[in-house]
Amino acid sequence: MPYDCVVLVKQVPDTSLVTGNAMNDDGTVNRAALPAIFNPEDLNALELALEIRDEYGGRVTVITMGLPKACDILRDSLYRGADRAILVTDRRCAASDTLATSYILSCAVKKLGKYDIVLCGRQAIDGDTAQVGPQAAEKLGLAQITYVEELVELGKGSITVRRSIGSGWEKVKGKLPVLLTVMDTANEPRPAGARRMMQFKKAKSVAEFGKEGATEEQLAELKAKGLLIEQWDLDDLEADLQWCGRDGSPTKVHRIQSVVLTASGHKKVEPTEEGIRGMVHELIEDHTIG
Amino acid sequence: MIEVNRQGEVWVFAEQSEGVLNEVSLELLGKGRELADKLSVELASVLGGSDVGGLADELVAYGADKVYVADDKLLAEYQSKSYEKMLCELIGRHKPQIVLYGATVIGRDLAPRVASAMKAGLTADCTDLQIGDYEIGRGKEVHKDLLLQIRPAFGGNIIATIVNYDRWPQMATVREGVMALPGRNGKAKGQVISEKVKISVEDLSLEILERHREQKKVNLKSSRVIVAGGAGVGSKDNFRLIWDLANCLGGAPGASRAAVDLGYIDHDHQVGQTGTTVRPALYIAVGISGAIQHCAGMSESAKIVAINDDPEAPIFGVAHYGIVGDMNEVVPRLIKAIKSKA
Repeated sequence: MPYDCVVLVKQVPDTSLVTGNAMNDDGTVNRAALPAIFNPEDLNALELALEIRDEYGGRVTVITMGLPKACDILRDSLYRGADRAILVTDRRCAASDTLATSYILSCAVKKLGKYDIVLCGRQAIDGDTAQVGPQAAEKLGLAQITYVEELVELGKGSITVRRSIGSGWEKVKGKLPVLLTVMDTANEPRPAGARRMMQFKKAKSVAEFGKEGATEEQLAELKAKGLLIEQWDLDDLEADLQWCGRDGSPTKVHRIQSVVLTASGHKKVEPTEEGIRGMVHELIEDHTIG
Repeated sequence: MIEVNRQGEVWVFAEQSEGVLNEVSLELLGKGRELADKLSVELASVLGGSDVGGLADELVAYGADKVYVADDKLLAEYQSKSYEKMLCELIGRHKPQIVLYGATVIGRDLAPRVASAMKAGLTADCTDLQIGDYEIGRGKEVHKDLLLQIRPAFGGNIIATIVNYDRWPQMATVREGVMALPGRNGKAKGQVISEKVKISVEDLSLEILERHREQKKVNLKSSRVIVAGGAGVGSKDNFRLIWDLANCLGGAPGASRAAVDLGYIDHDHQVGQTGTTVRPALYIAVGISGAIQHCAGMSESAKIVAINDDPEAPIFGVAHYGIVGDMNEVVPRLIKAIKSKA
């Protein structure tokens, strides 16, 4: 029996590569200064969805909310095997916190209509909050299984998975439809397929044509070739604007401080035997060790 | 959401599993006490489960003025939907101004669902919580005595202070070990209030087939000495030096997230915002640059020794002793010095 999977993905700045100019003077993040990547655990969620499709059939639809540039990860999803990719983009999404984001994403999932399993990465590396998955589940009225490490069984309208409980694991069974958040330990994401890369490297959304926009012919051509990345705005989603963007976000950033750890007079110890022996002596004297 | 309610209590979700309270809930009672006193309101704890009434006294002993107990067979096992319903019903009934959760597997599963259902704000993994004011437009609009939710963000490169001034309750999660465990006062008096909540079998959407608990391989929280290695250690083989130094001090080996990501050691050993927060008597950081997320998890150690070949490494900013040099030379010398004194 086929299962339709929806994977919610996010393009994130590669926070492991933050440099000095990553922050604007007003304390916001200068995203342009950082390479943008596919949120790592979202790739594990995509992989799990693809494995389910390869085994049981069905379709894998990938949805992201973001700027037109986020189409990079949608193309990447197509290269890896996704059947359909949708960009949710709208100026009015700006400044959404996790609650507003989960509302907008849940509207997009609802618009898809039929689905069996919604998958998300456990958390995104730019915020590490792990909130959007459970919040989207609540908004969709779905049961959730977080911290999924392995699919154990799928069939007869239910799913069994092994999930991490921090110090150990448990096997849980839930009815479909369900939302899963997937850990990086769940699988090894497959690489982009060379043939699919050739096939989809020109896939594009309308937003990527910039201000000029695309001509009717360009769009018709992309569409005919199956290379038009679908694009939805908040009107398409029939989203209630009071729950989107800044207005829809209860949490506000009050203050941002760049982290400058001041060199508060630590004692410099020479890396010599003598220097180190002196330090050890002090630590023994003050009963820190010994 | 609930309206802004200045008389609202400060709440701590009491997490229990198989009749045992999670220590993080007790730690939160310590912080919660401080916040409640500042706001001149009561500190309450919400306890759900089956036959868990006996734990209420323990919550009082750690500082709760009140404990709301929802004792129901259907709450015996934690499940996201049933616990979400319980909390939403009780929040709607009593209108607390602040609700705190441990950022545990359960807390991180539950809190966002409650936030979503209540349409309220939630900040994950706070490293500090304070009470303070929030001004909009240079004093045009001032919101007084809000919960300041402080956390590192963006890979630890910034510290953000988050507020939620209109859609209450103000909610936050805090990782285990971040707040200090308050003292236990067995003579403390508190009110235990039994609460009925509407939960049905349909709210138990999952079936737990099997559970397997593993002992943590290392208990960083209770170690007196921690020797932690970072990416600068260079390889898994070289990490042997970290183990050796830890062993000769009777301490535990720790690691930065970078070292864990590189596969030098497993996650149980990770110190920092997404690992364990520690306060040992001695913390030796070897080849750790000192990202704020790491420092957030160890900066309250009584003595910190930093060993790094980069004199500009931020780790020196939190250190008491700094050794600039090659760890391959420094660590063996340190081991030798310790052994010769012992």
